[in-house]
Amino acid sequence: MKILIVGGGMGGTILANNLARRLRNELKTGKASITMLSASDKHMYQPGLLYVAVGKMNPSELYRDQASLLEPSIEFKVDPVVEFDLDNNSVKSQSGATYSYDVIVIATGSRTHAEGTPGLAENAEMFYTEADAVKMYRRLEEFEGGKVVVAVGVPHKCPMAPLEITFMLIDYFKQRGIWDDVHLHYTYPIGRTHSLEPVAKWATPEFDRMGVTYETLFNMKEVTTDTVISEEGSEEKFDLLVTVPAHKGMQVIEDAGMGAGGFIPTDRQRLNMEGRDNVFVIGDTTNLPISKAGSTAHFEAEALAENIASMVTIGTATRDYDGKVFCFIEAGEGKATYAMFNYQNPPDPKEPTAGIHWFKTAYNKMYWASARGLL
Amino acid sequence: MPERKIVDAKNTFCPGPLMELIANMKQAEVGDELEVLSTDEGSANDIPEWINKVGHEMLESFQDEGVWHIVVRKIK
Repeated sequence: MKILIVGGGMGGTILANNLARRLRNELKTGKASITMLSASDKHMYQPGLLYVAVGKMNPSELYRDQASLLEPSIEFKVDPVVEFDLDNNSVKSQSGATYSYDVIVIATGSRTHAEGTPGLAENAEMFYTEADAVKMYRRLEEFEGGKVVVAVGVPHKCPMAPLEITFMLIDYFKQRGIWDDVHLHYTYPIGRTHSLEPVAKWATPEFDRMGVTYETLFNMKEVTTDTVISEEGSEEKFDLLVTVPAHKGMQVIEDAGMGAGGFIPTDRQRLNMEGRDNVFVIGDTTNLPISKAGSTAHFEAEALAENIASMVTIGTATRDYDGKVFCFIEAGEGKATYAMFNYQNPPDPKEPTAGIHWFKTAYNKMYWASARGLL
Repeated sequence: MPERKIVDAKNTFCPGPLMELIANMKQAEVGDELEVLSTDEGSANDIPEWINKVGHEMLESFQDEGVWHIVVRKIK
């Protein structure tokens, strides 16, 4: 069985390594093969960008050579897909090559779409690429006080990012000794301060305690040099606008007509593309109504690896993905908590502690073991 | 004919039914109908609240076998 994995991010990498271990014998005998096509020879630890934006990590800490993370039995090529031909089980790549497959896994991720909100890209700071995170940090270093507005687009990668960047900005301003000169105003698209009600119930009184003002039901419509205007009709002046912008799936997915916004319609449990038995989708690329987060990709990859391995060895899948998501939440003041939930069980986040913050800090380094499928 | 798109947000907690609707609304054309399926009791209140605040149109809202069906039309 020829298994083709498109995308070398967290989901694709964990899937490839997990599969390679499960199919060690089949790969040796030629009964199965695993090929990964990626857009880059580097693998970035994306959650680290949040720390880069406030000067807590250096970009150089975020990268490893992708090949060094993969089991040797995986054929790895830096050759992104430019065209999908799902009816004929093949893809075309940037180099002009054609790759055929028996099973394909699409894990191409998502990208920011700030340009979808007029004026946002030009007038806001964000932290979803290395360049943007570094630019945001430089802007923060120049900032001497005034009104900071946090504004959030939909959908976005990392559901905890709006809260985390807010609490980390408070820490940053306090450490610089300018917190008394800052008015921090948080906005959020729905009618509470976070999509998870238990998280909102914790965050809102924290905002009150710290002096952060907030406005809910605020969806960005347009941004000028000093004002963000919402779909709901309100306006907020700012001296510094920090945004978690809306995201889209990859252009190649949109161009192929495989899913609106670049997000592919995906079965919740089996993770196959709707209407296709040999096309699977994980991570941000799905249209599933669950968090776009590294942990989602991680748990989906584990479930799917088990299923594809079973398809090779016994001819059928054996496991359903249960919707599991685990998100750390940096809470500022050297503390953190987490939210864990699945399709059936809501989250029940605990009081933030220093211990969880330090575990998260350690995970920033342990991630590479996770990507290798060892953790 | 306007399209009616189903936004299946049953048994999900994050980002949740309203956030799913907001994301899908962006991709819809003016005049399209969206039907949100939700098992969250709060959707029966928070979705109409947002729809009314933004100025879209609420078409109907009903519960069937534990699932809320909230149908809206994109106006602008």
